[in-house]
This record gives sequence, C-alpha cells and structure tokens, in this order.
Amino acid sequence: MPTTQVSLIREHTETMRPPRALWVPFELGRPLGAPDAPEFQHRVLGAALALLEAESGPVLVDFPDEAPDAGIIEGWACPVSFPAPATDDDDLVSLLLREVEQLGPWHDLWLEARGRTTVGASRVDIDAGARFMAGFLDQTSPSRPREDVSSAELMKLVLEDIKAFYLEAALAQPGDATAVAAADWFWGETTAGRIMLTLNPILEDHPDEAMRFLAKFLLVPRAQQYRLEALAGDLAGTEGSV
Amino acid sequence: MARLTDFAEPMRSHLAGLPCQRLDGAPWATGPALAERRVALISTAGLQRRGDREFAIGAVDYRVIPGDIAAGDLIMSHVSTNFDRVGFQQDWNVMFPLDRLREMAAAGKIGSVAAYHYSFMGATEPEAMESTAHQLAGLLKQDRVDAAFLVPV
Repeated sequence: MPTTQVSLIREHTETMRPPRALWVPFELGRPLGAPDAPEFQHRVLGAALALLEAESGPVLVDFPDEAPDAGIIEGWACPVSFPAPATDDDDLVSLLLREVEQLGPWHDLWLEARGRTTVGASRVDIDAGARFMAGFLDQTSPSRPREDVSSAELMKLVLEDIKAFYLEAALAQPGDATAVAAADWFWGETTAGRIMLTLNPILEDHPDEAMRFLAKFLLVPRAQQYRLEALAGDLAGTEGSV
Repeated sequence: MARLTDFAEPMRSHLAGLPCQRLDGAPWATGPALAERRVALISTAGLQRRGDREFAIGAVDYRVIPGDIAAGDLIMSHVSTNFDRVGFQQDWNVMFPLDRLREMAAAGKIGSVAAYHYSFMGATEPEAMESTAHQLAGLLKQDRVDAAFLVPV
C-alpha cells in the first residue's frame, strides 16, 4: 500500500525511515497546522500527497512555513469570571458545579456557532461527570454513572469531556486563543483544573492499578506538571498556618 | 513548534527518549498519478464515531470512519493528555482533513476519496499493532485505495 505521512518529530522519522514523510513544524495535535485555515491546510495536504509521486525513497521533506497565527488574540482571557479557587475540598466541589453552570450558556453559543461539539465520548453529562470526578477527592470508589467500562477508563473519558466542555465554552467568544493560552487558562485558573491537579497525588495511591497508571501518565500534561509542585507548596502553607 | 528543542522539560526528554524502531528494508509501493489515486486517511488520534466503542488504555485496534461522516459525529477518545485538542475542537480538518480531501477530489487533484477511513490510538507499542495493520491493508485494497495518508498527533 503506497503511503505518505506527516512527521511531527523529525528525529523519530529519521530513525524509522518510512517511505514518504513531510516534516511539519507544528504543535502536537495540529498535523495540518491550524484550525479554520483551509488554504494553509490544502498546502500541507498537497505537499504530503505530492510525495506519492517521488520516484525513489525513503523521502523526508521539510514543510517550509510555520503555522499561521492570524486571528489569535494576544493575552487571551476567558470571558467568564470565576471566583478565586478554594482550597477546602467541599468548596472545590461546589465551585466546580458553579463553574459548569456558568459555562453552560457559553457552550450553547459554541454549539450554535460551530454546529458541533467534541464533548461526548464518556456518554455521561457534564454535571454527572463533574460529580464523579470530584467524588475521588474523598472517596476511593465513588458510584459511577456508567457501568460498562472500568472506573479508570470512565474517569479518563470524563476528564477529557470536562476539559473539552470548558475549552469549547471559553472559546465561544470571537477570536482564537493559542493552544498554550487555552491550556494555561484551564490548568491555572479553573476549579476543574485545580481538582485534577489535586487528584493527581490522591490517585497515585489508589488501590486500583489502572487508576494509579492514569495518575502517573494520563492526568496532568507534562507541560503543566510544574503546577503540581506549586499546589503541594500551597497546601503545605495552608496546613502550616492552621 | 514540533522541534525537539522547542519543548520544555519534562516533555523534551520524554520525546527524545521514546524508542523508535528502524523499519526493516525499504518498502516502496508505487501507483498511478496523484490525479488518479483513491486516498484514505489513517489517523492515530484515537478518533471514533459518536457512540462507537471508546479506545481503552493500551488499545491496538482501530475504528472505522465512513467517508460520508459529518463533522459533528467524529469525536476523540485518545488517552494521552500531551497534545493539543483545541485545534480539533475548532476544526476537525486540522487533525482529520476529510473536507480538504473532498475538495481535492472535486477539483480533480486526486482521483477519489476512500469509502472508509480509519483511526488507531497512537499510545501503544507499534509492534503490538502490526497484525492489525496488515489486516487494515487488506481492507484498504478491497476499497481500491492506492494512497494512504498517515496523520499522527
């Protein structure tokens, strides 16, 4: 089968030597470069498919341009103002549910404007998913809203649905945030992000091995893991002051 | 930004240290001119139809994505948290350029778009996926595909 492909990490492709690859200087998760940029996407796609007509290989070609950043707002901020994050677990849960409620109308706007949502892989509504996630703050096994997958698998699906709901709602305002700005907002400024960070050390000690694996590899992105140390420092400071 | 030197730690060391197997030999399959090719998308983004089985941790299987799928019916259940999903939330074509392929076919730049496309979840040892990949190559041939565009995340 003739193949051509995008290469995201050039060093990996140099080692593996697939028949045809187009290296692109784009972020992980954006192999065609940028959303809502059909002409640019056509250039990337065309360059990758053109390699099918190479006469011999392996072929590894560099795409010449960075992803376009037109429309991206400098200093993007979410349109919704949330109260300051709490440190007490009970407050965290009520703040989380209030956030979800506040973001609801913005997510409706997103659906109206985009005509689609990527929320839904967990098959659990956001409110029930948020309660399930937050249940792990003080329980080993909160009751799960879906029984046909394991707790760890459901937790993973719920975490991604919650993130997608938040980010789609936040991006319903005109203009685009960079991927980095959007991630920094979620992990740095929302109670949902705060709860996920708080859950990391809790789930690392969970009796279920799959849950421990989730905590170690699938919960907090590597680019955001520095916040775990900061959070541990905050909590230590709080305990010390009591 | 996908240059190793652009990543902050610990992501940079993680990516630099990922084992990559050198492929045996130098496979080289050819076909007709691009304007006559039938093209399929093969993603590793853990994409699936809404309501289809979600990808599980360690999955080596794939999901079938019909060529006439609507954007609202394509969702993701990849387990990794280390790539951007905001782009996909805004526009599926940044990860799964089916609209762009349809436009290329309409403009006569490719021959046609496959009846089916496929997604793996690229968070598993590649060797564990080998037999599935062989099976998939057979399915692509049945669909008369002669160009597979492999799209990672």
